[in-house]
Amino acid sequence: MNVHTAHRRRRIGKRQIAMLFKYALIAVLCVIFLSPFVVMITTSFKSNSDAFTLPVKILPRTVVLTNFSEATSKIPYFLYYRNTIFITVLSVLGQVLVTPMIAYSLSKIRWKGAPFISGLLMATMMIPHAVTMIPVYKIWSTLRLTNTYAPLILPCFFGSSFNIIIVRQFFNGLPNSLFEAAKIDGANELQRYYMIALPLSKPALTTIGIYAFLNAWSDYMNPLIYINKQEKYTLSLGLQSYMSQFAINWPHLMAAATLFVIPVVIFFAIFQRNFVEGVATTGMKA
Amino acid sequence: MPAASTGAQQASQIKSMKNSEHLRRRHSAIEARDNRNGFLFALPWIIGFLIFSVYPLIASFYYSFTEFNPITPAKWIGLENYRYIFQDPLVAKSLKNTLFIAFVSTPLNLFVALLLAALVSSYFRGRGLVRTIFFLPSIIPSVAATMIWIWMFDPTYGFINNVLGMLGIKGPAWLINPATTKWALLLMGTWCTGTTMLICLAALQDVPRSYYESAEIDGANAVQRFFKITIPCIAHVLVYQAILGFIGAFQYFNQVYIITRASGGDAYSGGPANSILMYPLYIFYNAFGYFKMGRASAMAYILFLIIGILTLIMTRVSRKVTDYAGGE
Repeated sequence: MNVHTAHRRRRIGKRQIAMLFKYALIAVLCVIFLSPFVVMITTSFKSNSDAFTLPVKILPRTVVLTNFSEATSKIPYFLYYRNTIFITVLSVLGQVLVTPMIAYSLSKIRWKGAPFISGLLMATMMIPHAVTMIPVYKIWSTLRLTNTYAPLILPCFFGSSFNIIIVRQFFNGLPNSLFEAAKIDGANELQRYYMIALPLSKPALTTIGIYAFLNAWSDYMNPLIYINKQEKYTLSLGLQSYMSQFAINWPHLMAAATLFVIPVVIFFAIFQRNFVEGVATTGMKA
Repeated sequence: MPAASTGAQQASQIKSMKNSEHLRRRHSAIEARDNRNGFLFALPWIIGFLIFSVYPLIASFYYSFTEFNPITPAKWIGLENYRYIFQDPLVAKSLKNTLFIAFVSTPLNLFVALLLAALVSSYFRGRGLVRTIFFLPSIIPSVAATMIWIWMFDPTYGFINNVLGMLGIKGPAWLINPATTKWALLLMGTWCTGTTMLICLAALQDVPRSYYESAEIDGANAVQRFFKITIPCIAHVLVYQAILGFIGAFQYFNQVYIITRASGGDAYSGGPANSILMYPLYIFYNAFGYFKMGRASAMAYILFLIIGILTLIMTRVSRKVTDYAGGE
């Protein structure tokens, strides 16, 4: 009896140590994962000389608020902001408009092409960007549309495989009886899509809207290829102009980066649930 | 045995034939309408697929045998581009760099993601917050993230070496020393494993509780449970994530491009001693720096081939792995 309780106590002790170790590990990892954010924010409140003084302190020695105004007047920052917002809004619009149509066709219309297209969706995701990059560039330059936002926005109006898979998955979960009942009531395909499928697909559309937002907002390579005129720059291109000088003014750059990142964080705070669901539905299907 | 059918049977047979004929016609009318509707609804994708996937795949294959830039029309030069590529030491170098990143970062990121997922899979106070902290970096625009890390990697004034200094460790020159540049990239990459973590988390939560319970009764310890139950049950997800990781690693571009810009070297640099000249970066330099678009197309096709072969191998392996685990 005595031995038994001693044994149990020792086991509990062992388990507690394991738990303690786990929480310590979580705490350390949280500090590591947060540190780049902390560095970004605190540096944006430092003076340039403060940032380059040893020993390096995490918090600013004196809080400087002028970095934000200086950084945003050094380059036409708010023009870039506006450009980025313009591209982002239209890209999201394109994806949200077109994706549910395509997904509906694959999920709820029984037609010859549906299985064929469904198979190709995965395959197109495997095509490296580098292979299609040059001919697509050639198309836009032949149309004289480089240095416009057309190459960044128009492709969104043809749907992306990733988004289509998310919404198709969602439609697959809707009972077919719903659509058959509407069919018996005399609703045609367009009505069934517009009056039943579309209103129900709001959560899925929110998810793909978020992804479209993130993609357009952070896109770097496409603006890099298509936009050379400074007044047409997006934010991700604009941030680079702080680096073209010999010595980088890090407080300015970090202030600019903070303003660039804030909308993403706000979006995440609002739509956290949709983010998580979207990731889980696409990542598991092999 | 039914030597002759009766008149009544015949009549009903004819009737049913007529009926089925009618039904078939109606069916084919519905089929035709469904085919038309389905096609019309999917039309944007079909057009986009032809313009942005099929045509470019064919065109860049053709371009790979030509000398080609945006201004002059393509000129057929046969296998010259491929011959050049196999002799260019920078192609070999960039391929080596990319293979290194792919083969180290894929398992590393998967391990980190799985570790993070395991840590936040059971309930504790503040778990939601911890998940958010682990996930948030993966949605930060890569340009901003890379710039923060370049600053953190500064050998003298950077955050990392100062923290290491406090611990009594002399930090390396990260992005300046060619021996450490790739490790800096790998470190940066592990910061962004949030998406994979969420997927692993969802997979972990799909493993039936009862498996663990019965294993515990049988006396299996935590390590045994992890390797005998958890890993086989989520193997299909892990393999799929590994494939995606590989494809991602072969397209690694933004980060290295920005780092080469920040170091203020010459225009088309591959970092210190070309140590971060990744294959896609070199394709980009050839295409939009030197305007050797034919050569860049040939390089891209080789990349396509490598990714295709690797994906094929890994899908085969995955089938074996999931079969071993008793299928899905």
